[in-house]
Amino acid sequence: MNENTKSVNRTSAEQRSLLPSRVGQKIQKHWRLIVITIPFVWLLLFFLLPFFIVAKISVAELKIASPPFSNMFEWTDSGIVTVRIVFDNFIYIMTDNLYFDTYLNSVKIAAVSTFVCLLFGYPIAYGIVRSGPLAKPIFLFLVILPFWTSFLLRVYAWMGLLSDQGTINSILIALGIIDEPIQMLYTEFAVYIGIVYTYMPFMILPLYANLEKLDGSLNEAAADLGSRPTNTFFKVTLPLTMPGVIAGSLLVFIPATGEYVIPDLLGGGNVQMIGRVLYNEFSRNTDWPVASAVALTMLFLLVLPIIVFQYYQGKSTGGK
Amino acid sequence: MIEKSNVDHTTWHTDDKTKPLVQIKGLTKKFGDVIAVDNVDLDIYQGELFCLLGGSGCGKSTLLRMLAGFEDPEAGTIHIDGMDMSNVPAYERPTNMMFQSYALFPHMTVEKNIAFGLQQDVMPKDEIADRVHDILKLVELEGYKKRRPQQLSGGQRQRVALARSLVKEPKLLLLDEPLAALDKKLRKQTQFELANIQEQVGVTFIVVTHDQEEAMTLSSRMAVMDAGRFKQIGTPTEIYEFPESRFVADFIGSANIFEGRVSEDGSDHVLVSTNVGEVYINHGQSVAENKQIWVGLRPEKIHLSITSPKNTGPNQIMGQVEDIGYLGETSIYKVRLQNGQIVDVTAPNQRRPMSRTHSITWEDTVFLSWEPESVMLLTS
Amino acid sequence: MHGRRSRFLTVMITLGLAFFYIPMILLVIYSFNYSKLVPVWGGWSTRWYEVLFASEEVWSAVSLSLKIALVNATFATIFGLLAALSMVRFGQFRGRTLFGGMLMAPLVMPEVITGLSLLVLFITLRQVFGWPENRGFATITIAHITFSMAYVAVTVQARLTGMGQSLEEAASDLGAKPFKVLTAITIPRLMPALVSGWLLAFTLSLDDLVIASFVTGPGATTLPILIFSRIRLGLRPDINALATIIILVVAVCIAIAALIMFRQQKRDLLDQQLAKQVK
Repeated sequence: MNENTKSVNRTSAEQRSLLPSRVGQKIQKHWRLIVITIPFVWLLLFFLLPFFIVAKISVAELKIASPPFSNMFEWTDSGIVTVRIVFDNFIYIMTDNLYFDTYLNSVKIAAVSTFVCLLFGYPIAYGIVRSGPLAKPIFLFLVILPFWTSFLLRVYAWMGLLSDQGTINSILIALGIIDEPIQMLYTEFAVYIGIVYTYMPFMILPLYANLEKLDGSLNEAAADLGSRPTNTFFKVTLPLTMPGVIAGSLLVFIPATGEYVIPDLLGGGNVQMIGRVLYNEFSRNTDWPVASAVALTMLFLLVLPIIVFQYYQGKSTGGK
Repeated sequence: MIEKSNVDHTTWHTDDKTKPLVQIKGLTKKFGDVIAVDNVDLDIYQGELFCLLGGSGCGKSTLLRMLAGFEDPEAGTIHIDGMDMSNVPAYERPTNMMFQSYALFPHMTVEKNIAFGLQQDVMPKDEIADRVHDILKLVELEGYKKRRPQQLSGGQRQRVALARSLVKEPKLLLLDEPLAALDKKLRKQTQFELANIQEQVGVTFIVVTHDQEEAMTLSSRMAVMDAGRFKQIGTPTEIYEFPESRFVADFIGSANIFEGRVSEDGSDHVLVSTNVGEVYINHGQSVAENKQIWVGLRPEKIHLSITSPKNTGPNQIMGQVEDIGYLGETSIYKVRLQNGQIVDVTAPNQRRPMSRTHSITWEDTVFLSWEPESVMLLTS
Repeated sequence: MHGRRSRFLTVMITLGLAFFYIPMILLVIYSFNYSKLVPVWGGWSTRWYEVLFASEEVWSAVSLSLKIALVNATFATIFGLLAALSMVRFGQFRGRTLFGGMLMAPLVMPEVITGLSLLVLFITLRQVFGWPENRGFATITIAHITFSMAYVAVTVQARLTGMGQSLEEAASDLGAKPFKVLTAITIPRLMPALVSGWLLAFTLSLDDLVIASFVTGPGATTLPILIFSRIRLGLRPDINALATIIILVVAVCIAIAALIMFRQQKRDLLDQQLAKQVK
């Protein structure tokens, strides 16, 4: 390469950098706009807008038509638009005990399951963290593996275990502990088992991540200052892993409350949970206005408090 | 390429000495309520190696990032080579930056890292290869071009980062704590290498550092920054020998500071009366009489002796040795004056401390004296 | 943190893993049962695999589910990446709080609500614009993208935040324009997160029953819908066979992923040694 071309290139490069700045700024502005707009518009259209429609339907009346609800706006003959809003659906679900009891029952089942997950998940997560460099990834792999397999089939596995001729009853009878099979499938107990089984990894993984980051010298420092292991656990380890406990609990509690598949498959018709009631209201009774009202109520009673909680949680613990 | 730059280097010096390469006017940057850079003015000239020195959070890095185009100022302007940078994005500025963590692309080899900047301009492949080769020669890493950054030592990574930012021949090279990640010994050696390379390529450098020794060794001119403002701008000697404020005197090196009032302001001298006696200064500034002022004395500029000086007069005090710290090449003496103030004095250890015949020891009464030209006059 | 593991913790891990795996192992064993009644052992056989493979219904459900999962994972990854970039790299913009809220909400939203709301959206859209005429592949895919992009965004956000901005700044400083910075620096650096985000979106889609049940139409039966309709009526040995195949495929995929990660770690170790050798 000779001197001439070099200097030519050099000036061209310099001129490029001396270009009026407007062009560059425009590209950058457009760039931001494009990147933000695509997912933003998608979410507005397919996430936010549906809720407004649900809200609209929840204040409509049931009609035998397709779709089965009345219009909010109606054009009368004289050309006047009338707005029809009825709160009957909300009044109905507030007064009918079915909905309130079902909601309470869902929260109870979810809360108990969450606690059981925590009770067993914490020591498992802690045990994995404390494992040697070889065992640790294997254990982690074994915890994650069920998470990637079909949720539906994991629930199905328990149908085989819990049914009257199922594995557990067969073993118990063979051992002579019982004569008649105990009914386990289609009970609340089965629902608990199902929820704990399918949601346990969601509890273990955040706890593991939290425990893994914990500085090991803290435990040594506590021991050095004369604290026994149990005391150290409750005074040092547990308080420091509260973020993991909260994250794991939310990850179990929220979906468990709205669970549809598990109460349907393992609870049969005997266990009422809000997600199942909503689904049935919708698909069997085709009462869309009531289903919408249930959905909105659930949203306000379950999801909003959690979002608000997480927002403040994030504010108090988050940095910038 | 390098020879060519050298030619430019000399012409720049002769032609453009009067017109600054970088002009910063009224530059301000806030992060929320915190003012990071507070209405700053600065001119930097072609070929300078300018250091921004300050503690963490003083705004030096923010100032550098505004020059590079990563932060937008709230107010004020930056001109580089006469061109307003206000709306110029980072990728179109005639500056390049060497990052504190080096920011080498871990998924690219040394060669590709260095070529990356050149590829963004339209440039023939063989010319890119030539330039990469030349710059690798300059930083003495010719054998390493196929390595990935993870396969290099800290010092080598530092040189790759330098090469990558220099290869585009920027008008202005910004270096953010360029040596902070190196260990102490390597850092000292690299300081001189960096200054040499700057001299060879003639590019104007702005270096941000928190290490005063680094700033003193490297820079042709430096600015001491605190709380978003410049406390003083000058050559390293000016800043060390003639600090204007207690902050600068104390920040660069160490200083014993006495409060006082100007009792006499002559044409060639100033007399300051302090609570430990009269201080006579025979240089520079003239100060209004009776004004509150501070005088500073560097520990190494104070002469320590057991015997009383022959004449009485200004620039001497008596005290008692309270503590001695042995630092190897020097010792530091903590001397308590009659008013209780402690003064630090350093003295070279020309003899071994075991030969105690002439040495000063704990509880000794000592006399401190200094030359009138070595006193620092601090107005704030 | 590692080191001593008390006996109690060892017992808990053992119990936990037994709890996880015994049901699945039994599921696999019974898939080889000759008997039509799942819990009653009738000798070893592969007849239910034959039944499964012969079923036209199963094949079409598998192919529909795979198609949806592939399209979903790809779009969810792209949108999730864009969303994560908007949240982490672009500072403040109008509607950022709303955007962040909408992005994260699907993570805590009960499936029944998401499903219901999307169905009424599709019905309203059809009333107003005449689209979508039939519900099926398109509507399920749209629904899946909407909730799985949140999972991708979370994964990518964590990685983006963790890796800091200096590499992108360095590229920009060297003259790379925003799109070039994205393709040359950001995407390669994010590759692990993008791959795991893609896999996550793929799995979520393959696994989803509730939302798909809401937004599907006649004739479009995904694999979970098919499985659900069969097991609601009780145990079926062909479903055991299907479960066994799914578990096998997942185990192989995860083992490959683990192997890749292991090799990466080994490479990092070698790099470190190389860096130490040189002066």
